Amino acid sequence: MLSIKDLSWSLGSGEEILKNISLELPEGKLTVITGPNGGGKTSLAKLIAGLEKPDSGEISLDGENITDWDITRRSKAGIGYAFQQPVRFKGLNVRDLMELAAQRSLSEREICEILGKVGLCANEYLDRTIDASLSGGEAKRIEIASVLAKKDAKVLVFDEPEAGIDLWSFSSLIDAFERLKATENKSLLIISHQERILEISDYIVVIADGNVTKAGTREEILGGLFGEEKAERCPLGKDKEDNKNA
Amino acid sequence: MLDKTTEELLGIVSDWSGKFNGAYNIRSNGQCAGRQSSENILLENKEDNPGLVVKIKPGTKGETVYIPACVTKGGINDLVYNDFFVGEGADVTIVAGCGVHTDDGHDVRHHGIHRFILDKGARVLYKEKHIGTGAGGGAKHIDPVTEVIQGEDSYLEMDTIQIGGVDRTFRKTTGTLGKGAQLVIKERIMTEGTQTANTDFAVELNGEDSSVDIVSRSVAKGQSYQEYHSKISGNARCKGHSECDAILADKGRVNAAPELFAGDLDAELIHEAAIGKIAGEQIIKLQTLGLSEEEAEAKIIEGFLRG
Repeated sequence: MLSIKDLSWSLGSGEEILKNISLELPEGKLTVITGPNGGGKTSLAKLIAGLEKPDSGEISLDGENITDWDITRRSKAGIGYAFQQPVRFKGLNVRDLMELAAQRSLSEREICEILGKVGLCANEYLDRTIDASLSGGEAKRIEIASVLAKKDAKVLVFDEPEAGIDLWSFSSLIDAFERLKATENKSLLIISHQERILEISDYIVVIADGNVTKAGTREEILGGLFGEEKAERCPLGKDKEDNKNA
Repeated sequence: MLDKTTEELLGIVSDWSGKFNGAYNIRSNGQCAGRQSSENILLENKEDNPGLVVKIKPGTKGETVYIPACVTKGGINDLVYNDFFVGEGADVTIVAGCGVHTDDGHDVRHHGIHRFILDKGARVLYKEKHIGTGAGGGAKHIDPVTEVIQGEDSYLEMDTIQIGGVDRTFRKTTGTLGKGAQLVIKERIMTEGTQTANTDFAVELNGEDSSVDIVSRSVAKGQSYQEYHSKISGNARCKGHSECDAILADKGRVNAAPELFAGDLDAELIHEAAIGKIAGEQIIKLQTLGLSEEEAEAKIIEGFLRG
């Protein structure tokens, strides 16, 4: 289980992005972190993966304090992270990335299975270089696939997986998340605004202005988000005022 | 009988596994250490200079000719001239490759001058790997000169790589292309320590609808220095593209100087160049997959040079 206790993080300028965040990620469940833009969701994901170091607080995995661990060590301990903006490489191809994630050679069939989860056909992509020749949607799906391929994953963090992909692929992705949830005992943490993702979640955490403003089961939280407020297309408490002004 | 070092170098630069299938000539320390012609590919001594004349019969398909050269003793300066005449409609692979090795304080050098004359419709894949090995203090030099003359509708693909260990290299490639001829050059160079690499391309696109595509990828580590110069001259309706990408590490330096000359209104010429260190996000991405920073950097460089 991943636990976060009193986590705070500020920008170099001193602006506080996360303020004493505490939460626990239930094992084998899908937790969605949602909330208004700029609220600190992506920062929290980066802190979990080790891309940023907190000012204070503690992150622990299965009871072990991993706050000072670097990215590599966290990855080896089972934390996967899908970037919001996929990274491009001149020279590395899709097969390379999947095999690096799996830490072994993969057969075409195995890669096909992984890519199929994000709606890509392996035959067309196996040897494609992950460079600017890929569209934004293709690169994003490959990024997500690289995390799905990850060896010995315990906690998989996806930062806005829906961004930049088409509806059909998004639907495949939802299926993939549901399958993961049903068949593997992995904790999924998805940063998202997407209603469909919220609907398949077990737990929802709302982060706004650097604070956890709501947290609970889907049933507990969704009513508030998409009940009386749905008509206004404004899912999140504080965001409501911002959206009105937009 | 080949010595162990030569066999090892041959394995690296020309996929030698104790024998070659097809025509070959092994050059070791300036001497012929084995040769075999095939029915369609004839290898003969050059009369005016040290080296070979390789004649590939018109229509030869699917054959490979190997002409690796190794220098394994300090103090040797090996100069060789190899001419390749590729007959009309032939479609072959030529595997060159050179390894230089010194275990003493004397310099070692291989200077290979290759000339390719391709007849109408001929197609050639030319593969060349270079490596320097040995713990000796002597400098290891490899200086290839390649001259290409391509007839109508011929195609030449040059795939060259300097794997490492070469202290100094001057690489010069010139090409003259006739109507419909295509030249594709993929060059990859890795330097480290205080090594230097100079590479120079000059291609004349003289025939209508001829084309050249030069892609150079280099990695300069340590305090090494690389210089890239290319000149594409479009003298007819033609297409030319050159791309120079370089990764810098440590205190490596790269100077890229591309040049384009359009001598015809319908010449379409493009150059791209990018030099910089490995993007931090690339390393971080691979770290999130479990690689250390060093492993990530090595993997990125490996992929980059593989192209």
